[in-house]
Amino acid sequence: MRAFLFYLFSILVGGLFFIFARWLGNDYLFFAGYTVLQFIVLATAWNILGGYCGYVNFGSAAFFAVGAYSSVALHKLGANVDRYFPESLAGLAKAILPLNIPTLIIIGGIMSGLVGLGTGYLTLRLRGAFFAIATLALAVVLQTLIVNWDFVGGSRGAYIIRPADVPIIGSYIQYLFLIMLVLSVIALATARIIEQSRLGYGFATIRDDEIAAEACGVPTLRLKLIATTISGALMGMAGAPFPYYIGYLEPSSAFGLAYAVNSIAMPMIGGTTSWVGPLVGALLLGTLQQVATVTISSAVNLLIVGLLLVGFVIVAPKGIIGLVQDFMRERASDQGQPTWRSRLAIFANMRPGAR
Amino acid sequence: MSVELLINAIIAGLLLGGFYAAVTVGVSISFGILDIVNIAHPAFIILGSYIAYIVNQTFGVDPILTAILVLPAFYALGAAVYQVYYTSFEKRGQDALRGLAFFFGLLFVTEVMLILVFGVDYRYVQAAYIEYTWHIGFMDLPFRMVIPCVMSLLMVGLLQLYLSRTFTGRAIMAVSQDQLALQLMAADPIKIKRIAFAISIATASVAGALLIIIQPVEPSVGREYIGRVFAICVLGGLQSLPGTVIAAMLLGIVESITATFYGPSWAPAVSFSFLLLTLAFRPAGLLGR
Repeated sequence: MRAFLFYLFSILVGGLFFIFARWLGNDYLFFAGYTVLQFIVLATAWNILGGYCGYVNFGSAAFFAVGAYSSVALHKLGANVDRYFPESLAGLAKAILPLNIPTLIIIGGIMSGLVGLGTGYLTLRLRGAFFAIATLALAVVLQTLIVNWDFVGGSRGAYIIRPADVPIIGSYIQYLFLIMLVLSVIALATARIIEQSRLGYGFATIRDDEIAAEACGVPTLRLKLIATTISGALMGMAGAPFPYYIGYLEPSSAFGLAYAVNSIAMPMIGGTTSWVGPLVGALLLGTLQQVATVTISSAVNLLIVGLLLVGFVIVAPKGIIGLVQDFMRERASDQGQPTWRSRLAIFANMRPGAR
Repeated sequence: MSVELLINAIIAGLLLGGFYAAVTVGVSISFGILDIVNIAHPAFIILGSYIAYIVNQTFGVDPILTAILVLPAFYALGAAVYQVYYTSFEKRGQDALRGLAFFFGLLFVTEVMLILVFGVDYRYVQAAYIEYTWHIGFMDLPFRMVIPCVMSLLMVGLLQLYLSRTFTGRAIMAVSQDQLALQLMAADPIKIKRIAFAISIATASVAGALLIIIQPVEPSVGREYIGRVFAICVLGGLQSLPGTVIAAMLLGIVESITATFYGPSWAPAVSFSFLLLTLAFRPAGLLGR
């Protein structure tokens, strides 16, 4: 019942915004709204690994860019079918190839999910800090690869000419906005399902005490790999429609440090332990940034994000959600937070067939 | 592939590696010995470069001299950062996730501040020796590489002497292993850690000056060094300074050969492959136990 209410409510809110923006007749609202929604997906994806498992990913930009560049590559293939395909396949390729955006999102998700799995497999068997460092370096190296890869434009960048409009909906940016809206609902739903499932309790035991969890029989490595894959895939899915949104993609914009910082800062400021935190953080920070970019400058708005991140981490480690919870608890101080032991018990009891 | 080109590439790599040792030694102390994942270290290095640049432009002072003059300021900065880190994260016992985010925030804030003040133009310094090059036979020894390499090895050597010969130095080596035992030896672990972290940040001032002698600097250059620094640190076995020097030379040679034979745009990828291979096959490092 609560799950049903959640879907109903999120679709209602998104739909209302869509109708409102259409009624105003201003396409800029869709441009800005798309960015905020994209950050909701990125922040939620980051939080699945960072907030639930306690493993910090600094390479959000890399996963995002993998999604974006797989779209660019497929677009280029589609634009030059005759050059890249033998004649026997050309007809088939022409029938499939300019792929629609939902398909591109799925492909982008698979690509960066694989990147996440690979990075996780190489580094997650070691101490947590190594994973964080490896993701930082991953961004630099993938950028090097893209810069040297002429097919997707290299350092010159690539132009994506998008159709002017789509049937039924009208303008293309509104179509992209709707897609990103659906994607953010999917991301939030994924995070919510994980949180309440056996998987989520397993993640929480890893976050609280990995060695003890391992000793109690929690398959930590497998759970961590699942988390990196899901998180990476969602980031790639957020990146896949990006070339169509921006129209011109170059490596330094796709790999911009702003994505990495935002996708860490938003969950940290909102609160990392539940799916509501990244949503709150992304809505607040995303909107603030849109306003600051228009009114002040884009460098200053990044400075604000950085300072907020440092400030929140020091002063309010549980984020806005934590502050609100503390405030509520002062009023009615009864039900305690779940302890590590109780989480482990729940994880064990939720074993398939245990109940 | 000619032999002369190869030998020149190896020499350039050795000189570059010597400089990398100066960049990494701070992280070897903070990450390797103290277990503080200071990913903001390259940002402090860039800060050092910009200070060397300002003083060089306004007063014409040699960048290395500037770096030595501002060492106390960097030492104080490091002590202050450690104090914040200790009271906010280490004492509360939640240093893993939030400590990393804290340093990442510092890295980002420093970079954006430098961009706001200086813009994204490349800056460089002037000194008499930067122009010279030694020619021995077919070998080229550019002074802008030789001087940083020598200074860097000198600094690492002094640090190694300090860590192995003095009481405080030995206490620093011991602090990560057994804090209680250290307390029994009448040394305050927090104070020792603060000194060590402050020293690690102080090395960034020298490394920054060396960096701007070698190449022009802009605020985001630091990011390229994150992968390099941690690759060297891990390969060097985290705690050992001699290991750091050897690993730095190795990475320098591999990068230089890659740049010579495949083009400089591939060089950043080398350090990452280095890091991943090390983590996958030899996580204890070259000289690890």
